[in-house]
Amino acid sequence: MRYAMAIDTNLCVGCSDCVVACQVENNVPVGYARDWVVEVTEGTYPNLAIELRSERCNHCDNSPCVRACPTGASHYAEGGIVLVTPEECIGCAACIESCPYDARFTHPDGYADKCTFCIHRVQNGQDPACVSVCPTTCMTFGDMDDPNSDISKLVKSRKSKVLAPEAGTNPNIYYLT
Amino acid sequence: MKTRREFIKVSTIGVGSLAAAGGLLSSLPIKDIFGQSQKVENNKSNANKQFPTYCEICFWQCAAWVQTDENGEIKSVTGNVDDPHCNGRLCPRGTAGVGMYKDEDRLKNPKIRTTVNGKQVFKDVTWEEALDYIAVKMKKIKVEHGAECTALFTHGSGGKFLGHLLQAFGSTNIAAPSYAQCRGPREVGFIATFGAGIGSPEPTDIRNSRCLVLIGSHIGENMHNGQVQEMSDMIRNNATIITVDPRFSTAASKSKYWLPIKPATDLALLLAWIHEIIYNDYYDKAYIEKYAHGFAELKEHVKNYTPEWAYGITTIEPHVIRETAREMRNASPSVIIHPGRHVTWYGDDTQRLRAVAILNALLGSWGRRGGFYNPESLHLPNFPAPKYPKPNRDWRDAFPGKFNLAGLALASGVCDATVPSITRDCNIKGWIVNGTNLIETLPDQANTIKAIEALDLLVVIDTMPMEITGYADVILPECTYLERYDEIRTSAHRFPTFALRMPAHAPLYDSKPDWWIAKELGNRLGLSDYFAYKDIEEMLDWQLKSVGSSLEEMQKIGVKKFDREEDNLYSLNGEDYEFNTNTGKIELYSTALEEEGFDPMPKYTAHPEPEAGFYRLNYGRAPMHTFSRTANNPQLFELMEENVVWVNPKIAEEWSLANGQEVWLENQDGVVTEFPIKVRVTERIRFDSVYMVHGFGHSKKQLSRAYGRGASDTQLVTRVMLDPIMGGTGMRGNFVTFHTSKPEKTVPDSRKVESSKLVKEEGGKA
Amino acid sequence: MKEELIISGRMNPHVDPILNTWGWEIAFYLFVGGISAGLLFFSALYVIRKKEDIYPAAVKLAPLFVPIFLVLGLGALFLDLHHKLYFWRLYTTVRLESPMSWGAWTLMIITPLSIVWAASFVKEIWPKFNWWNIKLLNDIEKIVIKNRVSIAWPLIVLAVVLGIYTGILLSAFNARPLWNTSILGPLFLTSGLSTAAALIVWLSKSKIEREIFTKIDLLLIGIELFLITHLIMGFLAGGQVQVESAQIFLGGAFTTYFWVFIVMLGLIVPAVLEVMELYGFHIPAFAPSMLVIAGGIIFRFLMIEAGQITRYLY
Ligand SMILES: Nc1nc2c(c(=O)[nH]1)N[C@H]1C(S)=C(S)[C@@H](COP(=O)(O)OP(=O)(O)OC[C@H]3O[C@@H](n4cnc5c(=O)[nH]c(N)nc54)[C@H](O)[C@@H]3O)O[C@H]1N2
Ligand SMILES: Nc1nc2c(c(=O)[nH]1)N[C@H]1C(S)=C(S)[C@@H](COP(=O)(O)OP(=O)(O)OC[C@H]3O[C@@H](n4cnc5c(=O)[nH]c(N)nc54)[C@H](O)[C@@H]3O)O[C@H]1N2
Ligand code: SF4
Ligand code: SF4
Ligand code: SF4
Ligand code: SF4
Ligand code: SF4
Ligand SMILES: [Mo]
Repeated sequence: MRYAMAIDTNLCVGCSDCVVACQVENNVPVGYARDWVVEVTEGTYPNLAIELRSERCNHCDNSPCVRACPTGASHYAEGGIVLVTPEECIGCAACIESCPYDARFTHPDGYADKCTFCIHRVQNGQDPACVSVCPTTCMTFGDMDDPNSDISKLVKSRKSKVLAPEAGTNPNIYYLT
Repeated sequence: MKTRREFIKVSTIGVGSLAAAGGLLSSLPIKDIFGQSQKVENNKSNANKQFPTYCEICFWQCAAWVQTDENGEIKSVTGNVDDPHCNGRLCPRGTAGVGMYKDEDRLKNPKIRTTVNGKQVFKDVTWEEALDYIAVKMKKIKVEHGAECTALFTHGSGGKFLGHLLQAFGSTNIAAPSYAQCRGPREVGFIATFGAGIGSPEPTDIRNSRCLVLIGSHIGENMHNGQVQEMSDMIRNNATIITVDPRFSTAASKSKYWLPIKPATDLALLLAWIHEIIYNDYYDKAYIEKYAHGFAELKEHVKNYTPEWAYGITTIEPHVIRETAREMRNASPSVIIHPGRHVTWYGDDTQRLRAVAILNALLGSWGRRGGFYNPESLHLPNFPAPKYPKPNRDWRDAFPGKFNLAGLALASGVCDATVPSITRDCNIKGWIVNGTNLIETLPDQANTIKAIEALDLLVVIDTMPMEITGYADVILPECTYLERYDEIRTSAHRFPTFALRMPAHAPLYDSKPDWWIAKELGNRLGLSDYFAYKDIEEMLDWQLKSVGSSLEEMQKIGVKKFDREEDNLYSLNGEDYEFNTNTGKIELYSTALEEEGFDPMPKYTAHPEPEAGFYRLNYGRAPMHTFSRTANNPQLFELMEENVVWVNPKIAEEWSLANGQEVWLENQDGVVTEFPIKVRVTERIRFDSVYMVHGFGHSKKQLSRAYGRGASDTQLVTRVMLDPIMGGTGMRGNFVTFHTSKPEKTVPDSRKVESSKLVKEEGGKA
Repeated sequence: MKEELIISGRMNPHVDPILNTWGWEIAFYLFVGGISAGLLFFSALYVIRKKEDIYPAAVKLAPLFVPIFLVLGLGALFLDLHHKLYFWRLYTTVRLESPMSWGAWTLMIITPLSIVWAASFVKEIWPKFNWWNIKLLNDIEKIVIKNRVSIAWPLIVLAVVLGIYTGILLSAFNARPLWNTSILGPLFLTSGLSTAAALIVWLSKSKIEREIFTKIDLLLIGIELFLITHLIMGFLAGGQVQVESAQIFLGGAFTTYFWVFIVMLGLIVPAVLEVMELYGFHIPAFAPSMLVIAGGIIFRFLMIEAGQITRYLY
């Protein structure tokens, strides 16, 4: 099983609902965020293009954050989800420095925090909070190892990219373009 | 908004200050998600439950569930999957609904304006005192001037109860800014054409459409949920979107065609499209023959409105106009020339929307799949009450012979009618303002304040200490939508639905719902016959039972769907149909407009342009905020703390403006923004205009987050381009220039927004 | 024009690591780690080579600073941890892929070893000191003194590991292009040795010792300059992110700090002073030493700070 997310940049309108939904669902403290929205505009008026991307931890197959962690607090969980066990985390921030996506932050309680792919919801058969709220339904979550899953089919049938592939992290978030 | 590059700048502090930077993180206090430690009494009986509601953060009114935590505290709000407005998905504002409830800056007690040591302050009072005070004042106005000299401004759900109160009292001056400041011209333009308005939610069959033409409507930023969802479906289906917008909107970035039109010239483009569609025989002949009136006149009328002609005005190249016209034809009748919503732009808005309606008619999209569907709702009877008295006059008497086609009261009209003048004798002396921040909502603030100066009584019912509350004689704190019942939502959609709003928590502080306020005031005004129910639960239950449901049922399901009575979702496929117009047909040639002395078919007229050094003030929405009402919402504030002014790189260079630099904007009348606003240098805006999101630049210190963040576009909208047909207030004819430091020069007296009525520093306990 | 905005979510210093997730603590920790490694290296080296008496400052006096440095460094590291109560978790597992982990373990071993090592020289510096007459301590001292050479061997290995570790800790971070270079390990090791040599010159009262360590330091400065040149050339020959990170020192935000404080005042000026001294000019010993040490400190601060603002752009 390999959990992944596909985000259709053609559909995303940058509304940031995914950000609020995550904060509400996961009790993310004020001033912090596990996901964020990037807007890239290229060109010169009137020849312009915008890419909108909702970003979060990529749950990399080859995660530098797991490697950097001196205690094993950062680890792979079911389906390749990368998690932090707060009770094992010393708050050294090595994982934060190691993530090419700046997906992690130090929770005010001291431990490293980031997107969990809402594993608590996924285990209940629900989509992650951000996925389930998105008004444009531009996000699809599922198992890439299952060739019949929506996400496998989407990624197969569409052009997609991952972020900073040259970092060698093998991300599990695909941006459909 | 910050660029990653800016971050780099921020962090390039010297080595010497590293120590401080390192210590910063660890020394921050830990706060809960709302950054507050406000204690709310536990409500264990409500623990871990969910309560139905519909969202009040904008007027799309998505039905939702409110979840409570183990202490019975409100935890989250999520969409109701049975609701066609939202299909189980709220927009960011709806998802952040808890922030409206938890905002610690909320209005907490009723207050009355009093004078202490020569200074006006607000005094905390009990509800008894506040309501008694209002009743005495209202009775006095009735005796001295007549009951019709009162008015209600209301935007949002509770208005139903207050409107009932006002009509029972004897006044029909009931206005919402969602008409003359928003969609009025669209309603009038479509009624003139199809005999029916658009209403809300718009019955646009976007999800089935093959071509959507957006004229300014910036869906995606304009976050009206259902439309955003359906536009997404369209993109997924590879349907064509054509966006006409001088700014590269989010929708434009999703479009096959973006027409970067010169602002204020849309009517020329629309006429050229009509020309193309008629003269190339692109129009739906059978449909036009069967349903339309005035085709020959229209054809003659648009003879000279060629793409080449329009090019000179709009800067849109003729071949683009032709190609896009073909795209529409190819999709017809599954094509929508979107009527927009906030359409009060340039004063000829009714005519522009007429052109939109005509285009839709020519392409046969009205009443067709993928065009405009025929919405249906189910009516709920009103709770039995005596007949309303008939007032002798209303706000319209202030404008003899004018605005006859305005279907609803004009908020700006009521406001103008309140300003004493020799020609007008309306003598409106009392206002109740509910859920509308008139100061930031109506254009020409100085005029709004002049009207307020003339009042004997201004009651403001609000949830937050917004600008308008500073001018009130009495402030009544309403509880938020998560803490109250309201009327049943019965809006029309593809099928009829009901949605219930019920409290998920008892009202915080000393706040009360509108229905209670209306009933209590009614009692004090001797109108208790009009409020013959014990409480709203009794009233709602009575209403629901009359259509075979019940309050109990609705409390469980939240949304109740009904089958359509008639199978006519798409009704105009050759069936006979009589339109509600003079001719019974779709009026390409409007007899109603002609009767009123207006052009029966839209004509192009040019609008003023900015002088050198000035730029047209363009404004709009950000997806994560609603007007001024959400600026202080703790969650939404985090998403976007302030507005910025978009400036084209060429202009920025000319003025040496850097990204992130603060500027003050001054308009053509010498009005300068109270607060500075940061510059966003972006290619997304034309060189002849600047853009900002409406709803920022709050001047009330009590809004602890929003105060002084960004600038208010409303301050700069001092020139109003009045729509002669229905009185809409065109607001896009204002021009601004930049100041890099706060200019010394003061505004001409007539423009000064100062008032003896404004209580700047609220006294008493907060 | 390309405009890249984070429109919501993490536009604030709490979340964006670009804004100094690591502050002075780690820089200080790396500096004292480096200088301690150098000091232990020289002390052990000359014990093995039996030159205690020619180089008394290097062998006997300087190591006394090491435990203090290391304890201060560990203190700084501890300060940097945000979840301090869980500090012990570092020692419940060995994670070979994590430089943090093996750094922690190296320090775990080298710190007590350096205490013992330093303690064995205390009486040579202060002959009256007698360990408060505690027999156990005196016995240990005797054993250590007897086995100095056997202890020196592992110590020298650990010192090199520690020195390299101070560089690898950063260079292992693929995510920060400025750090992600194999030159950082040798560079930090050299810098550590150089600052150690400079401290020894400063401490030493012996002319021969001063002269030899001045020469060593000159050699190390030469190597450092060579490595720095390579570092920059390497970046410039790399991909876009590497080129961009080199720009930080070539016209970018840290150019002045880098060239003035590190290269000029931290390396070239002290080197010139040292050469002048060798040619018989009278230069106060503290001047070049202080410059080298200050340069070493600033270098760590700069690399920490600058590295965190270099990132992948995607
Ligand atoms: N997130 C969010 N969504 C909202 C609201 C909100 O407050 N927040 N409010 C709701 C309400 S009440 C309304 S009325 C709607 C309003 O939403 P719309 O009806 O979509 O709003 P408009 O103000 O008509 O459109 C703004 C767009 O018009 C463009 N524009 C400006 N001048 C011109 C011009 O001369 N020609 C053309 N073609 N375009 C021009 C601007 O660049 C901008 O992109 O939004 C609704 N949705
Ligand atoms: N300059 C400028 N002016 C505009 C527009 C613009 O884009 N620019 N847009 C126009 C349009 S399209 C519209 S529709 C109007 C909208 O105009 P308004 O409806 O006036 O918009 P808001 O500024 O959101 O003001 C809403 C007020 O209701 C209060 N409120 C919120 N919830 C509740 C509640 O539950 N109960 C009560 N009692 N009060 C509540 C808020 O605190 C706030 O004071 O503005 C129009 N005016
Ligand atoms: S909720 Fe969906 S549309 Fe909105 S920003 Fe997030 S991914 Fe984009
Ligand atoms: S995105 Fe960053 S935090 Fe997430 S798994 Fe990859 S490296 Fe780790
Ligand atoms: S901060 Fe926590 S999770 Fe991250 S590397 Fe350190 S111990 Fe591991
Ligand atoms: S998957 Fe869950 S934790 Fe991750 S960003 Fe989405 S809502 Fe947040
Ligand atoms: S569109 Fe958003 S703000 Fe408007 S009612 Fe729906 S959820 Fe609420
Ligand atoms: Mo509106």
